[in-house]
Amino acid sequence: MPHDNSPSVTGHNSMPLAQPGQAPSDAQLVDSSKSFAFTTRLDDVIAWGRKNSMWPMPYGTACCGIELMSVMGPKYDLARFGAEVVRFSPRQADMLIVAGTITEKMAPVLVHIYEQMLDPKYVISMGACASSGGFYRAYHVLQGIDKVIPVDVFVPGCPPTPEAVLDGVMTLQRMIAEHHPRPWAKNWKRPAWMKQLGTGAPV
Amino acid sequence: MNNQMTHQIELLKTDLSQLLPIKDRFSAYKFSTSKVGDDVLEFPKEDIVPVLRYFRESGRFDVLMDLCGVDYPERAKRFEVVYHLFSTKTMQRLRIKCQVGEGESIDTATSVWDSANWFEREAFDMFGIKFAGHPNLRRLLVHEEFVGHPLRKDYDADHQQHCSVALPVHFDPTHSHLLPSAKGHNLVPLNIGPSHPSTHGTLRVMAELDGETIARANVELGFLHRCFEKMAETHPYNQVIPYTDRLNYCSAPMNNVGYCKAVERLLGVEIPQKAQAMRIILAELSRIIDHFVCLGANAVDLGALTAFFQLFTYREQVYNLFEKLCGARLTVSLTRIGGMAQDAPPGWFDDVLATCKNIRQGISDVEGLLSQNKIWIQRTQGVGAISAEKAIAWGYTGPLLRAAGVAHDLRKAQPYYMYDQLDFDIPVGTSGDCYDRYLVRVEEMKQSLKIIEQVCKNVPSGDYTIRDKGIVLPEKKDVYGNIEGLMNHFMLVIKGLRPPAGEVYDATEAANGELGFYLVSDGSGRPYRLRVRPPCFAIYQSFPEQVTGGLLSDVISILGSMNLIAGELDR
Repeated sequence: MPHDNSPSVTGHNSMPLAQPGQAPSDAQLVDSSKSFAFTTRLDDVIAWGRKNSMWPMPYGTACCGIELMSVMGPKYDLARFGAEVVRFSPRQADMLIVAGTITEKMAPVLVHIYEQMLDPKYVISMGACASSGGFYRAYHVLQGIDKVIPVDVFVPGCPPTPEAVLDGVMTLQRMIAEHHPRPWAKNWKRPAWMKQLGTGAPV
Repeated sequence: MNNQMTHQIELLKTDLSQLLPIKDRFSAYKFSTSKVGDDVLEFPKEDIVPVLRYFRESGRFDVLMDLCGVDYPERAKRFEVVYHLFSTKTMQRLRIKCQVGEGESIDTATSVWDSANWFEREAFDMFGIKFAGHPNLRRLLVHEEFVGHPLRKDYDADHQQHCSVALPVHFDPTHSHLLPSAKGHNLVPLNIGPSHPSTHGTLRVMAELDGETIARANVELGFLHRCFEKMAETHPYNQVIPYTDRLNYCSAPMNNVGYCKAVERLLGVEIPQKAQAMRIILAELSRIIDHFVCLGANAVDLGALTAFFQLFTYREQVYNLFEKLCGARLTVSLTRIGGMAQDAPPGWFDDVLATCKNIRQGISDVEGLLSQNKIWIQRTQGVGAISAEKAIAWGYTGPLLRAAGVAHDLRKAQPYYMYDQLDFDIPVGTSGDCYDRYLVRVEEMKQSLKIIEQVCKNVPSGDYTIRDKGIVLPEKKDVYGNIEGLMNHFMLVIKGLRPPAGEVYDATEAANGELGFYLVSDGSGRPYRLRVRPPCFAIYQSFPEQVTGGLLSDVISILGSMNLIAGELDR
């Protein structure tokens, strides 16, 4: 059944406020304002709340981490997008911003952090290194974090300008608001070569 | 190679000829001074420990600045272990080279300098060179499951190997002496990082706690090992510049300058005055913004968020200057071998002066926030103190060495560019603790402003780059405008910039200390070997010793005050 998503305002008992072509009287308005309601779908309200209160977990490892500081800093101010509550504990965050090169040595740590985050969780890959290894086609650099964790938004640049990161965050907000399907996150499995943390051989 | 030897190496020759244990083998010693003026000493590997010990004990050289390997697969003895020694008294340098064959081992230098530990581990990691008697010869940078040694010439640069799991908390037999008072106690193991707000994303500290006291500590690095040195070997000289940006990314232009200066020295070219002036301005601006990040992050880690926001406001203003110059904010790649990429736009130097004024205000604001702040003082004063002798022995350079009371700064000690004509002071501390480090950095920023203002008020006229057709690409208007320019461009791109075969070690005073580049050229269009001597590598090595016996909360203060930039630490 087609469903109108936009919230609509109705009066008490779904009574029209006034007859067509006639302004409501003051008494009518006062009465109806007591029972004003806001109808929408539950999913949309939740998505609205989610997209405006994303708690980022900054996984800054390299140069992009410094630009991420600028994004959080006074000039660009990520707080304007409701994402200023930076949490370094993955359990308290829902937006993982991977900013910087992820090396092969770091990959298991990143996966562990991702696994610790609670659903729903989103991943922004900031910069060329995180997205593809960048210009480090090198023996110790993971060629893109999407090889180990699912990524929602890739932000290009080396490092991306803060504006580009803000655009990435806004893209993610849009995806959340529109209930964009995320099969990459749903079907994600830990890479076959990776073990559970803490199972490494003692040195 | 010319046969002229410097006075220093003549002296060394006389001295070493009398050294008892090596007398009979003395004929195998080779003393030389390279074309660019580096003193080089080569001898059989058996003598390495007695010779190093002699140098250290006689006080001739007090710092083991760098130790690295070089691979020459076609030689009978494949590897060369290269030591760079430095004297903080005479400012002289010496390069020592010993040849080691595959499967052979060379005696460890850790018995002479503790600071050789990590350098030797790295050489083992990268080349598989064995150091006999090394207390803990394990991999340092690449992960433990890695097979092979990546910097060997027969290892493919893009052959990745996955790592399945991070190592559990572990302790080195050498670095982590258990605190005597903690013996027999129940110790609590604690892992900090690499994903932790105060470890800046890539450092891992492991500790065992006796209550709140650190009874034992260890660090693991390599989480940002991006193979800089291998990448340098696979790229033409000018294309290495963007990689240098990403060494110490908090002060990227400074690395550009250091690298280009090394290549230019090997080429034997002198860059024009204007390029020198621009490089000084860029270097000092980046020193300031580097200290901004260090102080800001150090304060944030200790709970003072305001200073961070305050400093970042001014950091953004410096980014604006960079953007005006080249369009990029952080990783600017502004220098080219032979000068700068392009001239400064009109009015840029005035903008710099105006920004300097703002920054001066910003620094004094932050001083007002921190210098007399009770909490800040309690968290930093007396924390992480280190004596001058110890700092030198560990190979400290830069603000941390100066905070320990040693007035050593390459800009004064071995002035390059126009630094000898500029008026500035070297701030020094007394105790080497975190508070002194903070004060030294604040004062250094003010001195840098002084330098920038002097240069900006007297910008030399002239070209921003040399015009040697074999080194510098022609300007775009010439490439598209005339056939000579087009041919010149084509030849340089195809053939590449080719420095003469030879080697050079060149150092500049970066924000964290001595940033050295050891470049070996075989005459081709790519560096044969480019070794970086990262300042914070030597500093971080002393970290486990510095924190042991202290409180857990001091770990954070000390970590922040060391300004560890993983890009240059792990390369």
